[in-house]
Amino acid sequence: MPKYTKPPSHLQEILKWNGWGYSDTRFLFNKKGQAEFTGKRYRLSGMIIPALQNWFEGTFGASVQHKSPAMPILTSSAVQPPTLNEAFVDELKSTGIPCSHDAEDRVFRGHGHCLHEVFALREGKVGRVPDIVVWPNCHNDVVKIVELACKHNVCLIPYGGGTSVSSALECPPEETRCIVSLDTSQMNRILWIDEKNLTAHVEAGIVGQELERLLNESGYCTGHEPDSMEFSSLGGWVATRASGMKKNIYGNIEDLVVHVKMVTPQGVIEKGCQCPRMSTGPDIHHFIMGSEGTLGVVTEVTMKIRPMPEYQKYGSVVFPNFEQGVACLREVAKQRCAPASIRLMDNEQFKFGHALKPQVSSIFTSFLDGLKKFYITKFKGFDPDRLCVATLLFEGDREKVLQHEKQVYDIAAKFGGLAAGEDNGQRGYMLTFVIAYLRDLGMDYYVIGESFETSVPWDRVLDICRNVKARIIQECKDKGVQFSPLSTCRVTQTYDAGACVYFYFAFNYRGLSDPVHVYEQVEHAAREEILANGGSLSHHHGVGKLRKEWMRETISDVGMGMLKSVKNYVDPKNIFGNRNLI
Amino acid sequence: GKTRALDPMLKKRDDFEDILEERRNSSDLKYALRCYTPVLYKGVTPCTSSMLKSMVLQSDQLHYVINQVSKETGKATDDIKEEASAILEEMAQCLQLSTVRFFAFTLSKAFKTLFRSICVNEDGIQRLQQAIQEHPVVLLPSHRSYMDFLLMSYILYTYDVALPVIAAGMDFMGMKFVGEMLRMSGAFFIRRSFGGDKLYWALFSEYVKTMLKNGFAPVEFFLEGTRSRTSKSLTPKLGLLNIVMDPFLKGEVFDVNVVPVSISYERVLEETLYARELLGIPKPKESTSGLFKARKILSEDYGSIHVYFGQPVSVRSLAQGKVNRCQFNLVPRHIPRRPSEDIASFVNDSAYRLVRAQEENMVLKPWVLVASLLLQYHHQNQAAGQKRGIALVTQVVSSSLTLHRGLVRICEDKVQLAVEQDITTYLSTVFYYIAVILLSCASYRNQALHVFVRPALLALAIHTASSNQKQEVFNSFSFLRNMFSNEFILCPGATVQDFEEACYLLVKTGALQFTQQEVLVTERGHRTLAFLSTMLDPFLQGYQVVCRFLCEEATETLTEKQFIPAVRKFIKKLLLAGRLRYMEVLSSDLQKNSLAALLRLGAVRKMKG
Repeated sequence: MPKYTKPPSHLQEILKWNGWGYSDTRFLFNKKGQAEFTGKRYRLSGMIIPALQNWFEGTFGASVQHKSPAMPILTSSAVQPPTLNEAFVDELKSTGIPCSHDAEDRVFRGHGHCLHEVFALREGKVGRVPDIVVWPNCHNDVVKIVELACKHNVCLIPYGGGTSVSSALECPPEETRCIVSLDTSQMNRILWIDEKNLTAHVEAGIVGQELERLLNESGYCTGHEPDSMEFSSLGGWVATRASGMKKNIYGNIEDLVVHVKMVTPQGVIEKGCQCPRMSTGPDIHHFIMGSEGTLGVVTEVTMKIRPMPEYQKYGSVVFPNFEQGVACLREVAKQRCAPASIRLMDNEQFKFGHALKPQVSSIFTSFLDGLKKFYITKFKGFDPDRLCVATLLFEGDREKVLQHEKQVYDIAAKFGGLAAGEDNGQRGYMLTFVIAYLRDLGMDYYVIGESFETSVPWDRVLDICRNVKARIIQECKDKGVQFSPLSTCRVTQTYDAGACVYFYFAFNYRGLSDPVHVYEQVEHAAREEILANGGSLSHHHGVGKLRKEWMRETISDVGMGMLKSVKNYVDPKNIFGNRNLI
Repeated sequence: GKTRALDPMLKKRDDFEDILEERRNSSDLKYALRCYTPVLYKGVTPCTSSMLKSMVLQSDQLHYVINQVSKETGKATDDIKEEASAILEEMAQCLQLSTVRFFAFTLSKAFKTLFRSICVNEDGIQRLQQAIQEHPVVLLPSHRSYMDFLLMSYILYTYDVALPVIAAGMDFMGMKFVGEMLRMSGAFFIRRSFGGDKLYWALFSEYVKTMLKNGFAPVEFFLEGTRSRTSKSLTPKLGLLNIVMDPFLKGEVFDVNVVPVSISYERVLEETLYARELLGIPKPKESTSGLFKARKILSEDYGSIHVYFGQPVSVRSLAQGKVNRCQFNLVPRHIPRRPSEDIASFVNDSAYRLVRAQEENMVLKPWVLVASLLLQYHHQNQAAGQKRGIALVTQVVSSSLTLHRGLVRICEDKVQLAVEQDITTYLSTVFYYIAVILLSCASYRNQALHVFVRPALLALAIHTASSNQKQEVFNSFSFLRNMFSNEFILCPGATVQDFEEACYLLVKTGALQFTQQEVLVTERGHRTLAFLSTMLDPFLQGYQVVCRFLCEEATETLTEKQFIPAVRKFIKKLLLAGRLRYMEVLSSDLQKNSLAALLRLGAVRKMKG
């Protein structure tokens, strides 16, 4: 075998191969049984979290004595040797585009972060993975690769940040052709910034946090902050119709994109101008957005940018119960005065958030905490087992932020909400980034779990939350789960006509012979329940292969036909053969 | 007992506990005043009946209908709102513990004189307690007596279970004082018919749903719609069942637990009243004074009552795979819509299933079998001119005989019906007296019909089929089953299952044998089959005579009102002429059912106007 050249920058080296995020960052229970968050990257890093063990053991019936550790390293014998299309490889090498068929590189790009994918990796099990990885450096490289793929009939699977939670990156086991993972990570430059029109032209492989960092240097931002922004890529956002935490100010990806360039087997698709809106038939961007890598590779995107906000302020509100909280969010949406972000956690998540409080350094803060708790539960009569909390983020110029803040708190007060301080709010948002690491901790102790999302009309929000949570509990019981599961939700986005709801669920799988299968059955049932309660198949995670079976009822037969005929025209040989979506 | 354990087909039934026993040994006053702290539905927030009313009036559903009615009639919405408020006032219950305590006291006294025992399956109560905590609960008792719902509340009070709110017919409201008392013990009142009245329907359904959804109290109603005068279960009415299932189907609650309750009376208070009613002897209208006249009832012995709280049935699991709940996604849920086909058939199937669950848990006394045999003997004797009776064998039988001494007599150590054999000799005045006894007796036999109906239909089918071919027998069974589906609880679309069940039972008892193609009656099977088909004979004759009436007498069109008196006259004539065997066919219930069946089968047509 000839030697391959690898690209210079390689995020892969500082990330885990069988879990979430950076290798240096993880939760663990130390020798004293106390939880610790390692590394230096987050605000919580290096801190002791005293209440976590109790919460963890109490909630799941788990014990820090019962470990279920992961396989530390990947044995290359577990990986099947690559099926290489020699003619393709030869021509590819002559182009000078870096590529590799190292087992590690291939395994790294053969999965997303669904529970079953990570669980298998932790057990050292590897299924079908790409046979070769290529790292194009620019749009033209991608054009060349796609041409070669068509010429030699190999299967291409675009790879961005690898944060998929829809089995979108899984290689179809029935695929017999050579599978090429097209890694866009080297296409990570901002090509230009247009300050007159407030747009930036960016290569699609750039990762969220890097895009913000680079724009910030020029005093701008996109404001697009999905929870995965540390690792997910611009191209991935476009291909899955991503949504950001601050969409109330900046919009979702479809509102942010001005122009897209995508390389398909039929050639390059793009618009001929950079106009804010057009009446020129169906918007071709909407064939690209959400195409999930089935039509081509997004290479360059022109995005709206905004001057960085002058002032940011966090906040939080405690409500006596979830119903009141939802009513408040609905009113805020009705008055169209939602802050950059507003999220409502249910009681279980509120308690979870509390369990993640780091050790307080001074007696004074712990005294203040105690006082707050006393005020809310005893003086205001909130039931600690029913109350819930909304976290808020305001952005803009100082004066307007303060005005806006008052307006929102006034509405909250009408629904029995009590302002609960900036600190709670900030911690809430920080947890967004560390919560993904917690799943790995759970998996070290026989606890598996996942989150999934939906969008739903306002009048259905309470019903869907109640029913889906109850369904999860019932299904766990029916499927023989020995311990009561954690089944919790939060409302994470508000719209004029509805909201986005996130569910989290996890359980202790001791005593189950096939925990992943049980898990998948429960998740399947939960999705059925979502659909039966008027929720959508997905708000922003996408369909992938995980939710494909429900596409037809979601978009009708004719809708399926439309999508299929586009696919047939654009990619008749199914070069982009990840088999997502349809 | 032991015999049960031998047969895996028979489910184990819970043990019964007599709740009157403690009442006979301790103070009723103390009992009525004792601490009552029922367990409630988990999410429940305390809610007064006036809060409930305002929740209904402020609901989206009602707003929508009020606006709709206003557009259609041109009335101001405020006027309609006032109307709505008045209707709700007339409808609403106002459950008060003090009233319940009053009933607990007085009913204790009454029950102790009327009944020997009131037996309840305590395991069932425990399951109910559990169900109430988990999901909103609907109680579905069988309906044989006015007693039923007071009895239900009495039992639930006794066991510290949440008291139900009960859907009751407006006829009670005629009795002013009693009506209000019942209202205060949890009854809410529904007009018997409100055909196209949108506002009334909206108020009524929203009122029931609001109580159910909030877990305010278990909702109780009678699936059969009215008291069965014949002791046979009635074809279920679907209106209220539709309403209570709706919150689940629309996702407003996670699940609803439906609990069938079987109330078996050894002797109902209304025994002769029902027979008279069926014969068309005018009944006194329900009135307070009438109720007091009923005091003489108190001096009689009505034996024991068995109340069996069945296994709670989850509506969610009933609907699994039968209803696509996504159908509610595209129209706001508060806009009233006619139930879709799949929902209509789901509710109908569920209703039959629940009535059958009630039937299965009924407690049958030996007297029921005695009555069945006495009736058969009576008619056979009548034909043969003999005087046969049942030998007085066991104590069990003799104890029921004292209870039913108005219906039987003992003659030379044999038990017989208290009726002469040859009815043609009767004077017209005693004619109805005899008929009352026969119909009363038939009502006891009817209690056992649900056990026998499927094998009996098979027995009859074998008898009438043109050959022993399995297919022939099945066709004949299918025809009879279809014919009698207004008469007995036979789930629509379950012909094959019913046929198989009947075959299974008769093969098991050794009455039948099956070859590849044929159905064979065994040597000893003839008696069994004769007994079974004789059980259905009166019904067969009843349907035949109605057909004859329609062919011979009703050449002109007939109004619905005229039908019963005319067919009754026709039947009476035939009976007195000795051309009909079964006096039972005088029962207006049977006549109505046969007309409904003929209508359903297209033999008779209904014309409007």
